[in-house]
Amino acid sequence: MSDVGQLYQEVILDHYKRPRNFRKLDGASRNAEGYNPLCGDKVTVYAKLEDGVVRDISFQGSGCAISTASASMMTTSLKGRTLAEAEALFASFHRLVTGQPDTAPGRVELGKLAVFSGISEFPIRVKCATLAWHTLHAALERKGQTVSTE
Amino acid sequence: MTTSSTLTEKGRRDCLTGFDVEKVREDFPILKVKVHGKPLVYLDNAATAQKPQVVIDTISTYYMVENSNIHRGIHFLSLQATRAYEDARDKIKHFLNASHTREIIFVRGTTEGINLVAQSYGRPFIKEGDEIVISAMEHHSNIVPWQMLCEQVGAKLRVIPIDDDGELLIDEYGKLLNQRTKFVSVAHLSNALGTISPVKQIIEMAHRFGVPVLLDGAQATPHLKVDVQDLDCDFYAFSGHKLFGPTGVGVLYGKADLLEAMPPYHGGGDMISSVTFEKTLYNVLPYKFEAGTPNIAGGVGLGAAIDYLNGIGLEAVATYEHELLSYATEAVSQIPGVRLIGTAKQKACVLSFVVDDIHAHDVGTILDEEGVAIRTGHHCAMPVMQRFGVPATARASLAFYNTRKEIDTLVAGIRKVKEVFADV
Ligand SMILES: Cc1ncc(COP(=O)(O)O)c(C=O)c1O
Repeated sequence: MSDVGQLYQEVILDHYKRPRNFRKLDGASRNAEGYNPLCGDKVTVYAKLEDGVVRDISFQGSGCAISTASASMMTTSLKGRTLAEAEALFASFHRLVTGQPDTAPGRVELGKLAVFSGISEFPIRVKCATLAWHTLHAALERKGQTVSTE
Repeated sequence: MTTSSTLTEKGRRDCLTGFDVEKVREDFPILKVKVHGKPLVYLDNAATAQKPQVVIDTISTYYMVENSNIHRGIHFLSLQATRAYEDARDKIKHFLNASHTREIIFVRGTTEGINLVAQSYGRPFIKEGDEIVISAMEHHSNIVPWQMLCEQVGAKLRVIPIDDDGELLIDEYGKLLNQRTKFVSVAHLSNALGTISPVKQIIEMAHRFGVPVLLDGAQATPHLKVDVQDLDCDFYAFSGHKLFGPTGVGVLYGKADLLEAMPPYHGGGDMISSVTFEKTLYNVLPYKFEAGTPNIAGGVGLGAAIDYLNGIGLEAVATYEHELLSYATEAVSQIPGVRLIGTAKQKACVLSFVVDDIHAHDVGTILDEEGVAIRTGHHCAMPVMQRFGVPATARASLAFYNTRKEIDTLVAGIRKVKEVFADV
């Protein structure tokens, strides 16, 4: 049984109403735009990289509670991490929201991101939770194009 | 079921036409489905309507005792199948009050009907510098086919603006019409806003310039009585699945003289009268536009849906739904922080809304937990969302089998949405 209480946890609602790092990043070395045509969510992710480390990261856009909170918490989780750590965290996060067991060798501690575990009961919302992460991934890969969840 | 008799009483009292909604609901098996352990409250009828048992039975009977290919066999079953399919065409002719069955073309749905006209009428008769007029509240299927045509022939798309209530600005429409205008294509009833447009007036104004008009009837046919001769529209397209019939079948009505002048849309079997490598002669109407084996069971099922709807009566449906929509509009707009999108004076069946600071998608997820099925998003009408400055809306869309009690469940669900988002 799924339950909206599991989905809309307090931390998620807090990050939705008061998104952290919600701004354009001056001097960003990377950025990319993401779009979810299903619900019209739009996000732009900015990152400043130095020596393979995410020195600063921010986002802008409009979206549902899940996509906004996910973007906000992504930025707070990634500041100061290496690129390799960032990718590993995305992989773990992805397994979490799609309900796959996280036993892979590259497994990292999800910390606060664990509140998104409820998403796995709502498959249609996985795209909302991962939009910002996919967008960041594109920015780091320098794909430069708009990422679409479709 | 202790509440059901009181409900029936209430249903009877609610409606002066004597429309008994509880009895009608018995005809729709899917309405008994439970969602997340709760009774299904299906308020996504504008996306697709549910099917009465008689439609389901007609389709399965067709496959059990009639199935065969049509228009080509001399054996018993082929004649049976052909008769069933052509009977359905005749029912549709009466349903639209068309003058001839040859004006009734089976297509896959509204989308295909509009594409057929854009290509078969547009390619030969619309040229560089000509203008095509649509409105600001069209479904993508009444925008994109015209944009494609414009690219192909160098014509221009002009858009009738709408006001803050979601009504067409008729004066602006008048200003758009000129000697370059070669086609007008507008929705009879808007899927995103519920607006019923003054289509008769729109057609009259276009005809003064000798311009043909297509009406997108995808949303209108399940809710309004349509008379193509009275409207004097040149083309009318609708989808079976929104009319309580099966998916994959729909109708394009066209005036015979226009259809005669148009080249075929698709080539293949059934649309020809003779083929040699030197020259092919096309079949007569409507078969000229019906290449290949069609959705025979779908057409027959659509005929059954029309019979069913006629049995209930579109007038009774319209009266009941009007009352239900007023009830829903009143109830939903009383919830603090809820804004209705689409408040035209002439409206049917659609209640689009946004909730302050809460994204439509979150509204949809929480309502789904309560068993309430609504649509959230842009409703294939992104320009409408842009016009109202919202990324998405939540849309409840009604059918005659919906009840006041279901509206109460919707309202309680929206209140729950607000609670979930309140205490942070
Ligand atoms: C107004 C309107 N036009 C056209 C369509 C397209 O219908 P179909 O997808 O059945 O071709 C729809 C369906 O949502 C609609 O609401």
